[in-house]
Amino acid sequence: MSAPAPSMYSPAAKAMAEKLGLKMGRANLDEFAATLMELAKANPNIVAVTSDSRGSGKLGPFAQALPKQLVEVGIAEQNLVGITAGLAACGKKSFGVSPACFLTARSLEQIKNDVCYSDVPATLIGISSGVSYGALGTTHHSLHDLAVLRAINNISIIVPSDNFETREAIRFAATAKNPVFVRIGKAAMFNLHKPETKFEIGKAIQLREGNDIAFIATGETVIHALLAAGELAERGLNCRVISMHTVKPLDTEIILKAGRKCRAVVTVEEHSVHGGLGEACASTLLQAGINVPFKIVGIPDEDTVTGAQADIFRHYGISMEGFSETAMKLLK
Amino acid sequence: MTDRELQHKSVHLRKNTLKAIYEAGAGHTGGSLSCLDILNVLYNRILNVSPEKFSAPNRDRYVQSKGHSVEALYAVLADRGFFPEADLKTICHYQSHFVGHPTRHIPGIEMNTGALGHGLPISVGMAIAAKMDSGTGFQPVSSEKASTHRQDACATTAFRVFTLLGDGEVAEGSNWEAAMSAAHYKLDNLTAIIDHNTLQISGHTRDVMSNEPIDEKFRAFGWSVKIVNGHNFAELTNALGKPAEIGKPTCVIANTVKGRGVSFMEDVAKWHHGVPSEAELKQALGELDAAEKLLQKETK
Repeated sequence: MSAPAPSMYSPAAKAMAEKLGLKMGRANLDEFAATLMELAKANPNIVAVTSDSRGSGKLGPFAQALPKQLVEVGIAEQNLVGITAGLAACGKKSFGVSPACFLTARSLEQIKNDVCYSDVPATLIGISSGVSYGALGTTHHSLHDLAVLRAINNISIIVPSDNFETREAIRFAATAKNPVFVRIGKAAMFNLHKPETKFEIGKAIQLREGNDIAFIATGETVIHALLAAGELAERGLNCRVISMHTVKPLDTEIILKAGRKCRAVVTVEEHSVHGGLGEACASTLLQAGINVPFKIVGIPDEDTVTGAQADIFRHYGISMEGFSETAMKLLK
Repeated sequence: MTDRELQHKSVHLRKNTLKAIYEAGAGHTGGSLSCLDILNVLYNRILNVSPEKFSAPNRDRYVQSKGHSVEALYAVLADRGFFPEADLKTICHYQSHFVGHPTRHIPGIEMNTGALGHGLPISVGMAIAAKMDSGTGFQPVSSEKASTHRQDACATTAFRVFTLLGDGEVAEGSNWEAAMSAAHYKLDNLTAIIDHNTLQISGHTRDVMSNEPIDEKFRAFGWSVKIVNGHNFAELTNALGKPAEIGKPTCVIANTVKGRGVSFMEDVAKWHHGVPSEAELKQALGELDAAEKLLQKETK
């Protein structure tokens, strides 16, 4: 029997999750696949396009149930995006599903021209994003995708933090008239939202109120910021936690508010520290003349350490303990 | 429209193309002239498209993968009434909708192209959509049972899809990903036309990157291939009029001459994106006027 995968949460982090009443959900990837299938059963115009990725995209049941609504293109990501665009241009609600690392690098020109520039209502799902593939190495990591897609006109970029945000992102994409990119990881995620939460593209969700530190986080890092806020509360610090599920268009209002109200701002992302959420927040604050102690936490510009996603997160301080330490240093 | 009428139209369209490039001060002269007769046949004999019904879901789709030859496309679309001919004077001008490559801002254009190797994958997606919208539907699964169904399905389609590639463009690897998938899904509603003028920006394709034999490559990928004279209206019509073979995508290799119709531009690589001077334009238009007079004489 192989060794168990390292846990994403320390015993203290698990205890904090319990204290905050958080319940573990499923992987966002599973939530995506289930949501897409539900929508596609009701709308025969929804088509999934895969690049030998139906297994890794959890679309096996979709292929079984709705074979006429799934196009397999084989290991050919450029073709995947071109076909997804062509389908969308002819009235299909197409979802191109492929590992984020290949989808947003190898076929970037197809995303730029065939999807965004041509403005077709296609959705691209970058699966197993960030460092989800962990020890498989840099070939399989997507730490550049937010940076490159932010610089391309006409695409919404959504990075869900839990099952709720994933479900809502896919529902939005299914009715969107313009290009959408959804970046999805494969680790099981805690559910972070109350059932009555409203989800709106371009409007971040504030999970916790506080004026000492503002954590502005996205995707699978949000949970760690929330746990850190719980831990810091025990040290007498009130932390604001914002789930920035839409990286573009960016909710600048909530960023400016955090910059004005809080003593320090920490941004967190499973992405290179270059060109992602952190720099977007920094640009927003600086251009508004707000000078606040500020730290971007992400994957530094170096040869990424080998390990599982949990190892990599811990190594670069993406953990309850890591964020608490970063916050304390900023406030000194 | 008769062959003779198409011949007259081609002369007129060549003149408009050259004038547009001159006015723009930029453009892809050689390739526009090499593919012009192909576009003339497509838009006046083959494609089920019109300005009045351009939003019809079942219209045929044309994607110009060799987007740089947009001036010829603009000239043809203007002639077909998609927009006024006077608009050709605004190509590449400040704030004009008429960009130096195709965009959907222009009535009659389906997709934004210009980067090479994009039109064929897009067209495969469109052809699959056409199969999905046909009576028998898209038959995707490669089981034995399904492949019988696929064979049946091939006879029907909601519309046909055409794309035009340059022969130098064939070097882009994405074309071969798309070629493989078109054959896999038996997309007989898809036709790829290769503007085989044997020249690209740096010289002869055979010197830049050998791509011959193009026909055998497409055949090996499971396509039905036809080789025609790309300036012969009857041959083009015959090759483009209906799918070559049920269950296979069609590749039409159109042998053309880059810069066709103007003596000093023909088969000269520098006219790939050469822009005529006032004197050169005058000379070119003079040659085309002479060709027109000859046609009129022959018609009488």
